[in-house]
Amino acid sequence: MMLDSAAEFDVRDYLRAEMMPHFLCPGCGHGIALRALLWAVHELGIDKDKLAVVSGIGCAGRLSAYIDANTFHVTHGRPIAYATGLALARPDLHVVVITGDGDCLAIGGNHLIHACRRNLKLTCLMLNNEVYGMTGGQVSPTTTEMRLTTTTPLGNTEPHFDACALAAAAGAGFVGREVTHHVPKLKELIRAGLEHPGFAFVEVLTDCTEIFGRKNEMGSSPEMMLRQKSDLRPSAYRDSVDTPFRPNNLATGILTRIERPEYGAAYRRAAAAAKAAAAKSSAARSAATPRKGTA
Amino acid sequence: MSASPAMPAMRLLSGNHACALGAIAAGCRFFAGYPITPSSEIAERLSRGLPEVDGVFVQMEDEIASIAAVIGASMGGVKAMTATSGPGFSLKQENLGYAAGAEIPCVIVNVMRGGPSTGMPTRPAQGDIMQARWGSHGDYPIIVLAPASVREIYTETIRAFDLAETLRTPVVVLYDQVIAQLTETVELAGANGGTGGARSERKWASGPPDAYRPYAANEDGIPAMSRPGAGYRVHTTGLNHAENGFPTQDPEAVSRNLGRLLAKFDRHRDVIDSWQALGCEDAEVVIVTIGISARAAMRAIEISRARGVRVGLFRPITLWPFPEKALREATAKARAVLVPEMNAGQLNLEVERLLGGAPVDAIHRFNGEPITPAEIAERAESLAKTPHAKVTSSRQARWQAR
Repeated sequence: MMLDSAAEFDVRDYLRAEMMPHFLCPGCGHGIALRALLWAVHELGIDKDKLAVVSGIGCAGRLSAYIDANTFHVTHGRPIAYATGLALARPDLHVVVITGDGDCLAIGGNHLIHACRRNLKLTCLMLNNEVYGMTGGQVSPTTTEMRLTTTTPLGNTEPHFDACALAAAAGAGFVGREVTHHVPKLKELIRAGLEHPGFAFVEVLTDCTEIFGRKNEMGSSPEMMLRQKSDLRPSAYRDSVDTPFRPNNLATGILTRIERPEYGAAYRRAAAAAKAAAAKSSAARSAATPRKGTA
Repeated sequence: MSASPAMPAMRLLSGNHACALGAIAAGCRFFAGYPITPSSEIAERLSRGLPEVDGVFVQMEDEIASIAAVIGASMGGVKAMTATSGPGFSLKQENLGYAAGAEIPCVIVNVMRGGPSTGMPTRPAQGDIMQARWGSHGDYPIIVLAPASVREIYTETIRAFDLAETLRTPVVVLYDQVIAQLTETVELAGANGGTGGARSERKWASGPPDAYRPYAANEDGIPAMSRPGAGYRVHTTGLNHAENGFPTQDPEAVSRNLGRLLAKFDRHRDVIDSWQALGCEDAEVVIVTIGISARAAMRAIEISRARGVRVGLFRPITLWPFPEKALREATAKARAVLVPEMNAGQLNLEVERLLGGAPVDAIHRFNGEPITPAEIAERAESLAKTPHAKVTSSRQARWQAR
């Protein structure tokens, strides 16, 4: 039951009280995404000691500091690469990456596509607010067309990435997208990502009210969230019911779910097989009687 | 059948092969890398060797991802290494600074080739002496080891892990293409490149998690690290942080933690510093150099001494922090110092700085050709006669005079 699990879940059990108040702007959607992640962690019963959160640089990157877990705030664009090392070295940990649209798709784009291809068990939560918020509101790879930012004073003339399509094309076994307006659905999506036995890419559309919203006269945070809600439909609904007016036409829900061999397990299996074969041939060599007269 | 553990195994190895075996002997169980000449043999050897010891090898998508994965693995508590050459070393610098600042142990091997940029991938150079020390932004400490033989690559790679783990720092193993692909005899630490006995371990957090301060100075200036899963649940960041590991911009807290970091090696110089002084006691001219240039200098000493000119060699094995006390002692009685190096002038700058006004001459070469023993001997002998003659000449003049 959704309500029962909601009642049991107290987000404060998963936050570092000493880090409050947090530094997010009023109206920022990132906190909703953080809450949904922690709710999913709670529902899955993941031990906080076994939870490792790796984050990059930017507004999304700062979230790891608030989580009462093993948290690593690393360099810009590289959280997936750090998490790859951590998850390969420590397969006993649940490794979650929190990243932003600039961190993940611009400076870190190479790591994203190779993580999708490699399929190591990691959950990558990309918070997409369409802008570089921390640095004051510059255009990002997901800024929609003609939006105003501090570096697109004429309106953005670059096409934006569809991050989920990119992840799926690169081979990610689990790809999904949700908006912050649908918190239980967002939690369910992240939960499904955490449960996926491979690389899971989850995009969360969040609102940057203070910088992006203000610049583009998109109204208050509730207005921005409602706009996301009305603009986005689950893909089946979108195809059959109506055509969203928003130009990026992004579908929500679980968009891809395919089971592929998980990289870490595949590597360990290959290593174990090689060791067994070596031990067998070494035993056979020492058991064999020395042969005479053969060249 | 494997040899008895008590019996040292003698092997004929290339420098890069010795590096890989040294890493495994030191307890390295994670390697992430990206192909680059002339260091790729290290990755190739470890891709076979690590799974045999339940370690992990991964070839990453680029040089940056490689060092990032290495730091990630080390944050998970595993001894980790990457290997590269100049262009890749440049790409790794930002994350190397992260490892220095967040105090994450790791080993970075840089096999020097010609530069700048793509340079001469298959030719030797010693042009990364300064990059190895100063390549990342901001103020940070780092240890750089400069082996000069295949055997020393093996032992210094092991020592690199010991220093990285016990002092919580990145350690660079820096050598040139010649030694990387030279084949020499190496006595392995244990049979079949085995563990070679107990190795130095990281200082791990113990005691109640509530009382744990991730960057507490402790009595030796080295904070104890916490292993994920052990109940400490700490935050690690590249932002300037306070003792509790969380970001801070409080000037006093930044001064305290960064100040401790920058002074971290000071009281551990007895284990960090390493050098070789050869015939310096009576030398008229002391040669200061590293790597293949030091090998040439060893022969040059024999040549010059046979001609009656007393020449010595001071070879920093720990290149950074530079063993300045030992350098001053080794050169105290010399009439002049000669720095032959395969670059346009790097090591000589540090030697000049440390010796403050003493006659320091240099041979600089950056065309991919090693400096020969005969050239070093000839210059050393002319310096013995007129120690101040060359010193006033500009670096440009020294190149042209060559």
